[in-house]
Amino acid sequence: MQSVRRPAAATAELSALARLGLTPAGAVWITLLVLIALVAVPVALGNQPYFLNVLTNTSALAFISLGVWVTFSIGRINIAQGAFAMIGGYTTAILSTRYGLSFWLCLPLSALIAAGVGALIGWPILRLRGVYFAMITLSLTEAVRLAFLNGGEFTQGATGIVNIPRPAGIDSPLAFYLFAVVLLLLGLLAVWRLSTSRIGWVFRSLRLNEELASSIGIDIARYRVLAFAFSCGLGGLGGAFFAAFLQNIYPASYSVIDSVNFMLYCFLGGLDFVLGPVVGAFVLVIGFEILHGLQQYQSLMYGVLMIGVILWLPNGILSLRLRTRAAAGSDAEVAASSDAAPGPTAR
Amino acid sequence: MSLLQVDDVSKRFGGLVAIDRVSFEVETGEIVSVIGPNGAGKSTLFKVITSFLKPTAGQVLFEGAPITGLQPHIVARRGVVRTFQESTIFKEMTALENVVVAHHLRVRAGTPGIYFATPTARADERRFQDSAAGILEYLGLGGVKHMPARNLPHGYLRALGIALALATEPRLLLLDEPFAGMNTEEKERAVEMVRGIRERGVTVLLVEHDMPSVMRISDRIVVLNFGRKIAEGGPDQIRRDPTVIEAYLGREDEELGA
Repeated sequence: MQSVRRPAAATAELSALARLGLTPAGAVWITLLVLIALVAVPVALGNQPYFLNVLTNTSALAFISLGVWVTFSIGRINIAQGAFAMIGGYTTAILSTRYGLSFWLCLPLSALIAAGVGALIGWPILRLRGVYFAMITLSLTEAVRLAFLNGGEFTQGATGIVNIPRPAGIDSPLAFYLFAVVLLLLGLLAVWRLSTSRIGWVFRSLRLNEELASSIGIDIARYRVLAFAFSCGLGGLGGAFFAAFLQNIYPASYSVIDSVNFMLYCFLGGLDFVLGPVVGAFVLVIGFEILHGLQQYQSLMYGVLMIGVILWLPNGILSLRLRTRAAAGSDAEVAASSDAAPGPTAR
Repeated sequence: MSLLQVDDVSKRFGGLVAIDRVSFEVETGEIVSVIGPNGAGKSTLFKVITSFLKPTAGQVLFEGAPITGLQPHIVARRGVVRTFQESTIFKEMTALENVVVAHHLRVRAGTPGIYFATPTARADERRFQDSAAGILEYLGLGGVKHMPARNLPHGYLRALGIALALATEPRLLLLDEPFAGMNTEEKERAVEMVRGIRERGVTVLLVEHDMPSVMRISDRIVVLNFGRKIAEGGPDQIRRDPTVIEAYLGREDEELGA
């Protein structure tokens, strides 16, 4: 939103990036990330299905966490994402096994249904804030699990739904990996666009002060529901992916601990960055895999590391990057703010 | 027809009567002040007018239409916008970002348009950048517009709060204690600022403690005590009103700005 001064020659090229809310440095990073994910990883690990599956799994988990990040941006701690992944998963499971619908139709429908359910439930519960909202979303995860468990013929109860067909054209670990990564990149783009647009600024204003936001004419109820529905839609899409990837879904597929994990990925990655949940998911999931060698101490070590990150980096892993940039950029910033009036300086 | 009409408004909190059958009107282009000792119900009245609170009885009309019971953002859309007592701003944004966000009522693009950055949405944002910079300049905040709002000195925060309200292009601006905690020089500037706002065609209703400033700035004054309106009139009239003097409990005359 803040205009950035740049050399006049580069403006034509940059305007397209700026429209997306990208800085040139950001664009370089994103390009690098895309190249690693879509070229380097397949070349290096193309014939190692185990590692590919770990990465596929992590990418999809990161995708689902992106939604939780959106709810964080309006100042709400969302521990319901597992429920919406489950709703999306069951939508795809039921539509594809019972009605023979193509996965490529199930995928968007799962997102829409999850978003719709999210909007309906979100409308009343989003009045709550802080720990009250967190608690009710946590209960929601459990309530949805119980609903699917007791859904009778429709959901097949504890037996779950198995033999979900694979998406047409996606039949190898590598194909699933590429599908998951493309999905994650598109999700990142979608959330990035949201958070850099006015909608993202309105979300931030809600997080900072809802009363003030309503006093300047912002319909806070509407934007709260919009954020939550967007979040649930991402959860539903991710759930649909998992249903097709694992080819089964049970009421036990998503429990409270999964919802908590989705939230933790955001929290540990960094709430100030769209990439936060992605970094958080990869560091935590892959970190857990690496600790596999410790056998019975795996969970213990994992817990210790998690506490360490929260203590040393309360603003998330990505705040490391911000810190180094702030140190390097402070001189430039002083020069740039020379038009500021005499008075107290920013830092 | 009056711009604002407060019509027999009462507000009870349990057994406590915060406002008791208060009526008054504000005409277009006026500066009207609501004064009264602590606990007289000024802030409650303020919240009722901007629909942050629902009155127990009575109603508030803006341009002849009732605004009681509407949600605050709809009241703001009609043109009734308030500021807050404390330095209530979006602390994690810069001054400029604060004011750009506050242009929300003037967005012409729809939500999908904003998301996909259509030409209309981009034109909106360009307009808001210019307009926000203009408002900040006008209120003397031009030099600090890129500063994070949480780092602004206290005196600037109130001006920023007013900048947010002005960005909505209100018809009626309600200022909640705009002079509280200011020194003489700052009050001087703030009085000029409020007059300037009226020059821009905005009607001003303010709630204030500071008598000398109120006496200097107001066209009319409404005095509340224990939730009741005890007097209404021009500054000179109010200054001499025996009920008002008594309400202020035989305080020294200076306090009434004599």
